[in-house]
Amino acid sequence: MSEFFSMGGYGSYIWGSYAITAIAMIALLLATLRSLRNSRIERDQLETVLQARRPRRTKKAPKAS
Amino acid sequence: MNGFLAILQRDLRLALRQGADSVMVVAFFIVTTTLFPFGVGPEANILARIASGVIWVSALLAAMLSLERVFQTDYEDGTLELLTLSPVSLELLVLGKVLAHWLTTGLPLIIAAPLMAVMLNMDQNGFVTLMIAMLLGTPALSLIGAIGAALILGARRGGVLVSLLVLPLYIPVLIFGAGAVEAALLGISATAQLQIMGAILLITLAATPFATAHAVRQAME
Amino acid sequence: MHRFAKPSVFLKLTDPLLPWLAGATAILIATGLYFALFASPLDYQQGDTVRIMYLHVPAAWMGLFCYVGMAICGAMSLIWKHPLADICARATAPIGATFTALCLITGSLWGEPMWGTWWVWDARLTSMLILLFLYLGYIALVNAFDDPERGSKAGSALALVGAINVPIVKFSVDWWNTLHQPASIVRMDGPSVDPSMQLPLALMILGFTCYYFVLLILRVRLELNERRIRALQLSGMFDERSDQEAEKANSYDAGHNAEASQ
Repeated sequence: MSEFFSMGGYGSYIWGSYAITAIAMIALLLATLRSLRNSRIERDQLETVLQARRPRRTKKAPKAS
Repeated sequence: MNGFLAILQRDLRLALRQGADSVMVVAFFIVTTTLFPFGVGPEANILARIASGVIWVSALLAAMLSLERVFQTDYEDGTLELLTLSPVSLELLVLGKVLAHWLTTGLPLIIAAPLMAVMLNMDQNGFVTLMIAMLLGTPALSLIGAIGAALILGARRGGVLVSLLVLPLYIPVLIFGAGAVEAALLGISATAQLQIMGAILLITLAATPFATAHAVRQAME
Repeated sequence: MHRFAKPSVFLKLTDPLLPWLAGATAILIATGLYFALFASPLDYQQGDTVRIMYLHVPAAWMGLFCYVGMAICGAMSLIWKHPLADICARATAPIGATFTALCLITGSLWGEPMWGTWWVWDARLTSMLILLFLYLGYIALVNAFDDPERGSKAGSALALVGAINVPIVKFSVDWWNTLHQPASIVRMDGPSVDPSMQLPLALMILGFTCYYFVLLILRVRLELNERRIRALQLSGMFDERSDQEAEKANSYDAGHNAEASQ
């Protein structure tokens, strides 16, 4: 098992590059998901506030997620 | 063609009347070049080795610094809007502005370059090639740079931004410009490099006015 | 064509696609990782470090793929003025920049044990570095405007100019490199790819591409949401102003009337 992790003496280079790639890809995904969720919350809040304020002009907004 | 000449004349007259612009570009070029001996030490042979690269990089930076004013002042006072509305093709007008920019910045740099080459101890047989290479290279720099100058109209922090946009696009000119001088210094014919630089100039001359005009129109929308 | 630009249509098209793409990404990368780390042979020259290639090559592919994608989006925005094209280009840039940076980092981590140096001014490395600069310039330009749509348009023009310039840069860097590094010890072109290595490589490339499309869909949604928020805020601002003015007028009248009645 330790042989597998040492990777013929190059373990730090190989695991380092796999770790950096994984971190970068997951971080990009999580950052996107988080700002997507925040934007969705903000949009829904704005929509409800604005619709409450002018009930006569309720136009069906394009439902986007 | 009249529109082209008119805009060329106007921009030249403006630049000459304010006067400071060309002087500033040349002064920047000289000061930047003088920094290198302080950085790498005053040994004559080291300076001679890096002279062509230093001169080209400084020229690139100097040409880039003056880009902002190609369109910016005209954009701010509304002249550019009138130009886009004029019946003369915007591509031609852009070309006139770029030519004026080159005459007021590129040309002084070409004259200042041999002076710095002497101070950096460059071998004499590279001088003619350096000037020919700059004669072919600096108009291409002005043409490419004009795209960047037009793209940043109305942007925040336009000055820093234009360098980030334009410098990667300058790399081919730098490679062949410095390569031509290096070849001449080694006593090899620099014709190949100079021909490629000529080709780059022709390509940019044919293609960039359209891109620049497109970017200017976008800024006016 | 333009009807795809409507957020509702975009959602209708991508909603059923998203779980499949996400699943495909997970499966492809998981099996790719299994083959890359456990079930692939060692290279007789590179030993275990060949395993870095299973990340490096897909990352390089994605870096180029994303740039081509951005340039195509730029052309579409130029020719058809398609609003979604600008958004797609804008959503692609950070992903492409990340992969280009990963390509450079993993290449560096491979070069240290194999070449004995973190960085060489090799033609391919240098071109990749310039590609990263082009990405950064695009991202900086797109975010430099108060009006995001103007930023996207300027960005599309820049992506197109950059795409025309990329072959010229590549050619000049190759030329520069052969001039400055004749017969160097560093040789980028390793042994031709063995069939047993092709499988993990193909799996990883496909997995990364699916990952890109998942992220693209998510980021386009984010962009559409943000546009909607801006539109709502703008209309809300006008409402607020009219509300306040009405209120002010009322209170003024009230005060006036009160004064008059005293």
